[in-house]
Amino acid sequence: MSQAIHIPAMTPAVLPMLPQPAVIRAIKPESYGVATYTLAFQDPALAAAYRFLPGQFNMLYLPAFGEVAISLSSDPAQPQALGHSIRFGGSVTQGIGRLKVGDMLGLRGPYGSHWPLDLAAGKDVLMVAGGIGLAPLRPALLTILKERSKYGRVLLLYGGRTPQDLLYTDEFEAWQKAGVELHVSVDWADENWKGQVGVIPMLFYRIRLEYKKCLVLTCGPEIMMRFVIYEALARNIPRESIYISMERNMKCAVGFCGHCQYGPNFICQQGPILNFATVEPFFGKESF
Amino acid sequence: MATASIPRVSASVVVLKAALQKIFENLRAAGFTLVGPRVRDGAIVLDEIAALDDLPRGWTEDKQPGRYRLVPGRNGQYFGFTVGPHSWKQFLHPPSALLFTARKSNGAWVFEPAKPQAPQYAFIGVRPCDLKAIALQDRALLEGPVPDPHYRARRRQVFLLAANCGEAAATCFCTSMKTGPRASTGFDLALTELPDGFLIDVGSETGSEMLQDTEWEPATAFDLGRATQALQRAERQQRELRTDDLPRLLYSNLEHPHWDEVAARCLSCGNCTLACPTCFCTTVEDSSDLRGQVARRTRVWDSCFTGDFSQVHGGNTRPTIRSRYRQFLTHKYASWIDQFGTVGCVGCGRCMTWCPVGIDPTQEVKAFRVSPARPK
Repeated sequence: MSQAIHIPAMTPAVLPMLPQPAVIRAIKPESYGVATYTLAFQDPALAAAYRFLPGQFNMLYLPAFGEVAISLSSDPAQPQALGHSIRFGGSVTQGIGRLKVGDMLGLRGPYGSHWPLDLAAGKDVLMVAGGIGLAPLRPALLTILKERSKYGRVLLLYGGRTPQDLLYTDEFEAWQKAGVELHVSVDWADENWKGQVGVIPMLFYRIRLEYKKCLVLTCGPEIMMRFVIYEALARNIPRESIYISMERNMKCAVGFCGHCQYGPNFICQQGPILNFATVEPFFGKESF
Repeated sequence: MATASIPRVSASVVVLKAALQKIFENLRAAGFTLVGPRVRDGAIVLDEIAALDDLPRGWTEDKQPGRYRLVPGRNGQYFGFTVGPHSWKQFLHPPSALLFTARKSNGAWVFEPAKPQAPQYAFIGVRPCDLKAIALQDRALLEGPVPDPHYRARRRQVFLLAANCGEAAATCFCTSMKTGPRASTGFDLALTELPDGFLIDVGSETGSEMLQDTEWEPATAFDLGRATQALQRAERQQRELRTDDLPRLLYSNLEHPHWDEVAARCLSCGNCTLACPTCFCTTVEDSSDLRGQVARRTRVWDSCFTGDFSQVHGGNTRPTIRSRYRQFLTHKYASWIDQFGTVGCVGCGRCMTWCPVGIDPTQEVKAFRVSPARPK
């Protein structure tokens, strides 16, 4: 063996790309083409040791199909029941869509950065979500509601293409009772829709903000976040107070594979939650 | 006089050329499989070698952007060429590696990790640029949040016999990238070819041991001078890439029209990324038996030029050749610095040699210096 180089010692995470067996404990249909899968590690020791922070994600592996990065959407205070709201969009997620309660998947994680709830204490928190983008914000919302008095106003601007695309509608009332100012909009309404119609950034015109006290957390399609940022900046909210959740292709989730690079960031490491000020030079650049 | 003993680490010694055969034998006796340059299919490739005679003695390469030809070299040197299409990453970070096998047993999945393979290789004739490339792959695959177990298992076994460059090809720019033509660190032994022998720098204890019975002599000032002279010729024979302020230069030109110009030539074939000794991107392939009881996940090399590299559920964040070339170039010369503290290019020139249309990164970067985007 050569002596000319220093090789770092192997950490206990010996096989970083190896999934662990997990069981589907519950499946809850949420909206058109989206269901929440509650997973639990088969190994009780792993289940007991697992913790995550709001905004982090897991890699879910369906043997022979592949692996997908899915944000945790459940309460971080209950780390044994791992909620993943999955849209059946690609081959892996469609495969997962055919599984039943009791079936198994591979699971590894949690990975990535988290919403800066430590910075949010004492501030107003403005969450802006589009469609399934509410999933990674839900753990942050649930965490905030547990210690509601630590925060100022809590606002949620939420929108979807149609009323059928909205997630967690059964929880809206409880959230509002717990002190969340909720504003919902859809792009296309049906005859039963009583609420706002229009794109999500328009909801900014329904609220007033004290920009110095405000922290913006947004997740949704990039084009939506782009216009959310325009509206926030137009209200003098500092770019450093805006956090976005970015999505990119991921294969390894541990910084080896290169797929999720976004300028200097590996989305699996520095992201998915990124401070807008740090990515502003790249954000919105076509096909970057 | 000194043949019974071995030289100390960081010593410089001279040996006759035939002594390299003895070094090979010592390496083999120590359990190493030798991998080095040899002529095959009209190119100098890296493969297992047994003896000194397997080296491409007397050959050199005529390389230009988009062109590679083997031609007879000067003076019958053993190392009178530079680098072929292969790089050492194919041995340290192989094109395909099994990650795990999933087996269904009584309705439950069991995931069996693949044991990392660790062949004990001695790399013969590693060029200084490639030595640096190995250091860059170390940075990406060993020194991140978690080390890659497969890379680590191979890397820790490797013996590195470097060969400093007395020749540069027309596609070389190691001087600009400060990676050559002389290896300064990270080797077990580093040789410089002289007309009548090799000057060898000893980089490690193991390297020192491999000089046993080679009839080595301490290098004289004359030997050191001759070696330096040989390397200076290579240093002068090079093309240039100015490296100051690269991140700002590229980040501030992300919408520059020159990207369209290079995209019009680029075929998005990925040759540059396969030939590149620092590119580390991979993807995974999933396979299964027909009954769905056994599935395997294999890691394979990937390229940021492939169509589905940045695919996310029905959309592609880099659908155009323009965006993919921009990713490649800005990663190598800008974001690599943010990520790993050093530029991601070692100046080996493989990307332009093996580019079917001869795209030359030194010229592409220069285009932004010559006419930067107008500030908005």
